[in-house]
Amino acid sequence: MEQIAGDILQTKYALDTFYFLVMGAFVMWMAAGFSMLEAGLVRSKNTAEILTKNVVLYSIACIMYMLIGYNIMYGDSISSIIPGISFGLGADNEAAAVLAGGDDAPYYSNLSDFFFQVVFVATAMSIVSGAVAERMKLWAFFAFAIVFTGIIYPTQGMWKWGGGFLDEAGFLDFAGSGVVHMAGAAAALAGVLLLGARKGKYGKDGSVNAIPGANLPMATLGTFILWMGWFGFNGGSELKVSDIAEANATAMVFVNTNMAAAGGCVAALLLARLWFGKADLTMALNGALAGLVSITAEPLTPSPELATLIGAIGGALVVISIITLDTKFKIDDPVGAISVHGVVGLWGLLAVCISNPDATLSAQLLGIGVIFAWVFICSLIVWMVVKAVMGIRVSEEEEYEGLDVGECGLEAYPEFTQNRK
Amino acid sequence: MKMIRAIIKPFRLDDVKEKLIAVGVTGLTVTEVRGHGRQKGHTELYRGAEYSVDFVPKTEITVVVMADMVDEVVEAIVEGARSGKVGDGKIFVSDVEKVIRIRTGESDAEALS
Repeated sequence: MEQIAGDILQTKYALDTFYFLVMGAFVMWMAAGFSMLEAGLVRSKNTAEILTKNVVLYSIACIMYMLIGYNIMYGDSISSIIPGISFGLGADNEAAAVLAGGDDAPYYSNLSDFFFQVVFVATAMSIVSGAVAERMKLWAFFAFAIVFTGIIYPTQGMWKWGGGFLDEAGFLDFAGSGVVHMAGAAAALAGVLLLGARKGKYGKDGSVNAIPGANLPMATLGTFILWMGWFGFNGGSELKVSDIAEANATAMVFVNTNMAAAGGCVAALLLARLWFGKADLTMALNGALAGLVSITAEPLTPSPELATLIGAIGGALVVISIITLDTKFKIDDPVGAISVHGVVGLWGLLAVCISNPDATLSAQLLGIGVIFAWVFICSLIVWMVVKAVMGIRVSEEEEYEGLDVGECGLEAYPEFTQNRK
Repeated sequence: MKMIRAIIKPFRLDDVKEKLIAVGVTGLTVTEVRGHGRQKGHTELYRGAEYSVDFVPKTEITVVVMADMVDEVVEAIVEGARSGKVGDGKIFVSDVEKVIRIRTGESDAEALS
């Protein structure tokens, strides 16, 4: 009997670890989604640069999180506010500890946990990339990425998921509407405020000029990739699949995640059609992503119908937010990242109160305030330092010529632009 | 010899080509161009903001024929390109001094046949 019980524990451990790793790989693929979405929504002269930014920021995030970020977020902390500092990754679980069973026994590999967490950091950093597109210096962005992924993100992550004071206060954020999405958007907002709008975006008379994206099929592909990756983002955050209750919960998370995206997409398209008179594809894409961000803070407790509604409100909100930031505040965000991840992330955190009886409005508001203030202020300081040291904005001439040639020395589509044989 | 240049709506090209071949035109050159006449440009919408497209995509066809064919060719182009709406385009007819076929060195009427 003991032999069988041990084998079952081993099998469950293997299954949960396997599930975690595959979900992590799904989230890693979101890096591809962000790359395609952003490449599609910028002009073709900035395509190669934004692709470079996306692939390198992912890599920087992985290295920084391995070196210090993971330990800041999940290592032994000095207090519930101040994280501890240690370096590198520890050893994995001993077989004896797993086989001991009980509530405290580890049920998945430590390294699978690191792998799952590291791809979340990259997601947060990808959000920044789109908002500052088409005008930021490549190396200034990388410098910021090092600090954001190594210190700023993990510290607020520790406050919630590392068992810090936000967690103790009852703040709920299942998969990261706040810790990942709003954090990314806050860093992006700080960067955009210092950076200013793209040349030609706003006229001297206050008029708003459209700068259409170069490749909407690519933006649509990117949105679908993100939609798929989100099953890992939310589904993996259930952390366990190996018994009936957890398996059912995981299925519920998948269904709700999908429904919220659908609701967000339809709501955004309808609002855009009513408001502008045309079915703006880019708004439908942002709407689907907004639905996903809306449900990320609580994809388990709502019914699928309620999840659709929460997503739909997010989808409508994102259209209003994009237009308001653009026309009222003159905040130039080429891909709508601040609206999709920030404004809607905030909505997602509040929406937890609708379906989860353990949530309190005060704890949610505390979490929103703390995460936004921490990330925004730290980011602003870091962006200012980077600006003082190396500058964050390319020259007007380079912006006009395109960052592909200026920053990368190559073009995304040389045969189109130079008509080479 | 006359050169006939016609600016037409791009989607009318196939019709025009068929009409031209029907009246005996053996060769033509096609160029993608942009521009506007009385039609002006038009506005498009992106994320709630309007932007104007001042120069609309057009197709320019160039045909060189003997002077006695000009009326037929012009008629063919008009038939093929006319939709009756603003933006159908224009036809320009001008003199050509000399035509030479590169391969054989033939000139004028021989080069056009």
